[in-house]
Amino acid sequence: MKLPFKINNKQKHLELLPNETLLQALRNNHFTEVKCGCNEGECGACTVLLEGKPVNSCQVLAMSVQEKEITTVKGIGTLYTPHLLQKSFAEAGADQCGFCSPGMVLASYSLLKENPQPTREEILVALDGNLCRCTGYVKIIDAVEMTAQKLHSNKLVME
Amino acid sequence: MFKYVNQPIEKIDGLALVTGEEKYTDDFSFTNMLYVSVLHSGYAYAKIVDIDDSGARKMHGVVEILSYKNVKQILYTTAGQGYPEPSPYDTLLFGKTMRFVGDNVCAVAAESKEIADEALKKIKVTYKELKPILNLAKSEGSPIIIHKDDGAFPKIPVFYDAKKNIASKVEANVGDFDLAFNKSSRKFEYDFYCSYASHCAIEPHASVSYLDGRGRLVIISTTQVPFHVRRIVSHVAEIPVSKIRVIKPRLGGGFGGKQEVLLEPIVAMMTWRTKRPAKLVYSRREVFKSTRCRHEYKTKFSVGYEADGKINALHLDALENSGGYGSHSLTVLANAGSKTLPLLNKIDNLRFTGMGVYTNLPCGGAYRGYGATESYLGYGQVIDMVCNDCNLDIVEYYKKWAIKSGETSPIFQALGEGKEGVAMTIGSTSLVECLDEGAKLSNWYEKKKLYGSNSGFNKGKRLKRGIGMAALMQGSAIPEIDMASAYIKMNDDGSFNLNVGATDLGTGSDTVLAQIASEVLDTPVESFIVYSSDTDFTPFDTGAYASSTTYLSGQAVKKCAEEIKKQILKVGAEMLSLSPDEVELNDSRVTANEQTKEEVSFAEICQYSLYQKNQFQIQAAASHFSQKSPPPFAAHFIEIEVDTFTGIIKVLNYVAAVDCGTPINPVTAEGQAEGAIVNGLAYALFENYYFSPHGKMLNDTFGKYGVYTAFDIPPIKVKLIKSYEETGPFGAKSISEININGALPGIANAFYNATGKRLFNGPFTPEYVLKVLSE
Repeated sequence: MKLPFKINNKQKHLELLPNETLLQALRNNHFTEVKCGCNEGECGACTVLLEGKPVNSCQVLAMSVQEKEITTVKGIGTLYTPHLLQKSFAEAGADQCGFCSPGMVLASYSLLKENPQPTREEILVALDGNLCRCTGYVKIIDAVEMTAQKLHSNKLVME
Repeated sequence: MFKYVNQPIEKIDGLALVTGEEKYTDDFSFTNMLYVSVLHSGYAYAKIVDIDDSGARKMHGVVEILSYKNVKQILYTTAGQGYPEPSPYDTLLFGKTMRFVGDNVCAVAAESKEIADEALKKIKVTYKELKPILNLAKSEGSPIIIHKDDGAFPKIPVFYDAKKNIASKVEANVGDFDLAFNKSSRKFEYDFYCSYASHCAIEPHASVSYLDGRGRLVIISTTQVPFHVRRIVSHVAEIPVSKIRVIKPRLGGGFGGKQEVLLEPIVAMMTWRTKRPAKLVYSRREVFKSTRCRHEYKTKFSVGYEADGKINALHLDALENSGGYGSHSLTVLANAGSKTLPLLNKIDNLRFTGMGVYTNLPCGGAYRGYGATESYLGYGQVIDMVCNDCNLDIVEYYKKWAIKSGETSPIFQALGEGKEGVAMTIGSTSLVECLDEGAKLSNWYEKKKLYGSNSGFNKGKRLKRGIGMAALMQGSAIPEIDMASAYIKMNDDGSFNLNVGATDLGTGSDTVLAQIASEVLDTPVESFIVYSSDTDFTPFDTGAYASSTTYLSGQAVKKCAEEIKKQILKVGAEMLSLSPDEVELNDSRVTANEQTKEEVSFAEICQYSLYQKNQFQIQAAASHFSQKSPPPFAAHFIEIEVDTFTGIIKVLNYVAAVDCGTPINPVTAEGQAEGAIVNGLAYALFENYYFSPHGKMLNDTFGKYGVYTAFDIPPIKVKLIKSYEETGPFGAKSISEININGALPGIANAFYNATGKRLFNGPFTPEYVLKVLSE
């Protein structure tokens, strides 16, 4: 069946089955920027924002969030109009294989939106649900700190 | 000075990765595609008496089922290595004997994944259970034979004795160990143990295949070795190489786990038979259980030395658990010796004996570090023991005894990969500088003294602190075996296509290779359109393994770019009515030497060559293989705090000074080191496979297995200390593997500094630490 969803600020109709997870529904409808690393809610690769809060989309029943605002990594910035945070990820070298990046970026985005000047400890807590095997997290943390610094020094508001 | 090399240039695919634009294997789907599910053995050792798939075949939506009943029994190795592979041909895609929990029973292709999974439940398999071997120490010569009368054989002339469960055996002798050991005034022997581990690339293994318009088979796959995939699929599925195209899209990490040909033959066979696209994506549990992992190891070090610390004799005996099949068994074993023993090259009497045995546990394979990690646990500690016993500082000891530029080790020649090794003299090394810098950054001398038993700092305290270090080496590509090639052509606007068989699996090698070409052609990295890898369109490369891409593929790119440079200069000179030696490359232009100020741009040169006069395509291809495998070096310093009540080891600080020659891209090079260090730490402290009494892996999820998160990492400082490797592109060596080797010996040495006790068995879990402390 085809049902309307609010994804990345647009009304989208997703073809789905009633028992599908949000991850399945999104990927089956070409939102392949949402990745599947474990399908058990343990790696964070499938992170999307639900009303601005990061969730593992593999643990959410698609039909249960029909009324909610869903944001994928392309919802905060695209290749053509990248978000400051995404630029920082690329600049800091926080992107190795990139498979965890969409989830990492969204978890970081959600943190900075609420708390634009997080402490290192707050960054670590915010990223605790997202696994990365390539970077050792060092440059991911750098990227978040770099974004916070840019926000601060340019007096920008996280959008 | 370099312009594009040794610069922190952003990855060319960086923004595409962080905006989710890049496509990975599972992101490719095709109309009319079949979904494949694989039934894996629940038994560690069993014979299949019969498979009744009639119920599944009757299900609506089931299209094809593969099992021993309809798949030709062709022996091969899943190891994606050069041909002929040094791993034994002991594996069948779908055979009748199950040799570990996770072995392939059969596969179903259906209209949906749900139907395929449902169909697996309807397949009735009758097994005859056999008594398994679940302990590597009990395998050799056991009455239980794991590869009995199945025709398994070594593809190259090496020792192989399946009747005794021996998958591989390696021996190397330098001098006379026995004599020197016996004559030594001080001596000891210690046993060490290293556990299983999973690569945990966040992207699981996946393959998709389809037939193109001319009936050729196209396989898109999560592979580090597309050319080996093509060759091995051809062998197993009996499809000519000319009919197969393998594409490696973006890859979500590999670490050696995707140097194995596991899923590709299954989808290939499904597509070849049904003429329909087929997709197989492994679940995380399947990745843990059914793919390949780090080999479990027991090592024994016997060391004879004198009061002044001079080691006369050292024997490393390694026992490797190959699991059910011998993938990478021989070569990981050889590397356990060849990537450690040359480090202290002034030991006159060395012996290396190694044996890989079959068991009914999961199969080992390639894993970052490749045997060296397993050996450094012991190697790094026995050197510390000698130093402590002789009252010597280990940093000074390595500075004195470690291999230097212009020196060699007989081990280089003695230990090869399935054949004799290649003699090598060390060219570049900044290990001494790494030792000094690491010591400085970690406050080594002060802290070593402060935490040592004489200071009383730790006396009576629950939380005890210690600092330890280890010096390390690895290699850069496999000498005289690995080969890489590159192709470049020039486009109208002065841009270039750079096509490489080298496989960027997330390391950033596409960017690094573009930087090398940029440096030669003095044109920005953005001018290169890098494509890797596709067996139809990119030239051959053995693949991304053995720390080879920057060093080997980089040199192929450099050679290729140099040929392009000659052509550009020739055309430029012709356009300026000068001879090629009167012109030079200059920032994407060809300029005349001094006298005139004439110049032509790259765009003008290419347009001239394509459209105007003496037309030809500016293009070149080049290949490279190496007679050396120059080692990168590193010195790791680790400060820890041991909670003597709970047994928890907390790492307070990690300093790694690393010599990778010229870091082509310092940011991606640091990233390689940081990633390897964190993987090494997690392996040292808790990563392991826990088995049921029947050989079933129990902790087969990320949560139960435990992968470090951002929250777990200590402060890590990586310092790259340049050297210049003459045989590498612009002085580069490798960096991808070496830094996973430091955590085990470094933490164990720090633990000794803190507590006076030794950790012999990895991982250093709280339970194990408490046990050691109570002894």
